[in-house]
Amino acid sequence: MPGLIDTIGGRSVDAHRPCPRLIVDEAGWRSVAARIAEGEWCLLSLWGDTGAVHMAVLDETPHPAEMAVVSLDCPGGRFPSVGALNPPAIRLERAIRSMFGLQPVGLPDPRPWLDLGFWDSAHPLAAPPPYPSSARAAPYEFLPVEGEGLHQIAVGPVHAGIIEPGHFRFTANGETVVRLEERLGYVHKGIEALMAGAPIERAARLAGRTSGDSTVAYALAFARAFEAAWEIDVPPRAVHLRALMAEIERLANHFGDIGAICNDASFSLMHAQCGIVREQVLRTADACFGHRLMMDCVAPGGVANDVPAGFDTAVLSLLDQIERTFPKLIELYDNTASLQDRTATTGILSPELARRFGAGGYVGRASGRAFDARKALAYPPYDALEFEVPVLESGDVNSRVWIRIREVEQSLRLIEQVVRHLPAGPIRNELPGASGTKEGLGLVEGFRGDVLVWLRTEGTRVSRCHLRDPSWFQWPLLEAVIEGNIVADFPLCNKSFNCSYSGHDL
Amino acid sequence: MRRILFESLLRRPVTETPPAADDVALAELARRLDRAARRRLGRSLSIREVDAGSCNGCELEIHALNNAFYDLERFGLRFVASPRHADVLLVTGPVTKNMREGLLRTYDATPDPKWVIAVGDCAADGGIFADSYAVIGAVERVIPVDLHIRGCPPRPTQLLAGLLALLEGA
Repeated sequence: MPGLIDTIGGRSVDAHRPCPRLIVDEAGWRSVAARIAEGEWCLLSLWGDTGAVHMAVLDETPHPAEMAVVSLDCPGGRFPSVGALNPPAIRLERAIRSMFGLQPVGLPDPRPWLDLGFWDSAHPLAAPPPYPSSARAAPYEFLPVEGEGLHQIAVGPVHAGIIEPGHFRFTANGETVVRLEERLGYVHKGIEALMAGAPIERAARLAGRTSGDSTVAYALAFARAFEAAWEIDVPPRAVHLRALMAEIERLANHFGDIGAICNDASFSLMHAQCGIVREQVLRTADACFGHRLMMDCVAPGGVANDVPAGFDTAVLSLLDQIERTFPKLIELYDNTASLQDRTATTGILSPELARRFGAGGYVGRASGRAFDARKALAYPPYDALEFEVPVLESGDVNSRVWIRIREVEQSLRLIEQVVRHLPAGPIRNELPGASGTKEGLGLVEGFRGDVLVWLRTEGTRVSRCHLRDPSWFQWPLLEAVIEGNIVADFPLCNKSFNCSYSGHDL
Repeated sequence: MRRILFESLLRRPVTETPPAADDVALAELARRLDRAARRRLGRSLSIREVDAGSCNGCELEIHALNNAFYDLERFGLRFVASPRHADVLLVTGPVTKNMREGLLRTYDATPDPKWVIAVGDCAADGGIFADSYAVIGAVERVIPVDLHIRGCPPRPTQLLAGLLALLEGA
């Protein structure tokens, strides 16, 4: 039976892998947007290009799930807005408008995004080369709020803590938040512009620095997109070592965040104990791969270095250590009433909103959206490994903590399987010379959710690379969940999402 | 909870012996730092971290300084929430154009005497992002810097060695 995506129509582009890319007309573009709005498909991303826009969609019904990229040429510099029907697309389209100068017709919110008015040029990704910025310094208008007894609290970009910068505008009635509006872009580094023209190795290093906490996930998504485009096989040993790194990264982040969420409820004992476990995980990563965060350890074609002799003993003793200490910490979390009082029923995300926004990671899975790229797309080696995807429905801070706890347990299972059955053999295939244009898409499950990388290479250089952090769809949901909660619970809600600023701002 | 607390009383702490103060950092500081300022601030320093565009890798390792293994507070060094309480600014990232003003305002809000430490390769020279239209590059191009701790990201022991250099001779 043909998948839903076969029904899109349009002209298929030859060298796009692993899924089809279809060039459609405006009617085709609108019909895809409509089917996303009806909930048939899920929007994976939306990005600009020279004189064109692309939209990646996911059909979750078949197994494995199917993806497609839909493209629309816009010679007049305009395209029908997807955000007009689908709120998750609004910020992506605002960014396309700011970066490329393309106009999404019907976009409900035309304010700039990522461009805060400090660059020398407007539309820095537009071709022909960007022109000097003219209409500078129109003040950014926050959404209007009306009502009795409201006051505003402006927070950031510099926050009180060791955190990334961003601006939050709260409107509160007494202690109750009636609206939160985010303004992001402070850590915009121009990664997509730096990607253009970069040789593969440099592009991979850039991808690995999109969001430092997900460096393995980004390097992996980039490598998979690139290997798909160039039709490069990855040796089985490298495939397994990549999964080992990805699961270690997930463990480290989950431990850090479970502790930090409790710390935001002033329960520092959990924070201290989880901090110890996190440090042990990072030290094991260092011992196995030579870098605590495993930066640049996933390389196009395989992995950069093989693990040293005796790495399996180090990893298995870490697993043993965690299996002895973590259950006590779970019990501590579950039995501390004052902590539960803060996390249970706080910051509820409804399953309906999670589905509509295609929320990935623990944010989606705590609100009934079971999507996990490792399972849904069954990319190797996860197709041959045993693990479960925990899902809860209640969508509060407590559920997001529990999803992370359960995911820790699944990652331990996965790591043990990988370490015990690590295939022998080479760790990296040589990159062949390439000519012509090739395009590829990679979607992998980072700790925070699904990371998407799309790239086009001309010869041996990247000509366009788009990176979409899971935070793009989680940040707007944070605005929704804080509504009706008290200001003092914002840190808890925020940390339970732990969206990436750098991954979003690019 | 009582069991965990009790066990921690019986177990030896995981905290490690500190690294020696970094020689390169000591040399850099000796060149730059005003001895009078050092005497005034003494050995207890409050640090304010400012992310001026990092990928958040440096933040993860700076966070690690607070864990039981490195336990920064035992040296009298602690992180504070406001620049107005700070003696030291720890700045990461290639200073994006979008964060330039935020960094300047944070610097201006920090009372004198104050020291600035640029953490990570990006803060030293813009790192891999140096050629972008969206970044300024080295922190030094925006505010005066007293000490550089390089690395991508620097390990907690490197951070600790650099910070301890600040206390030497104070």
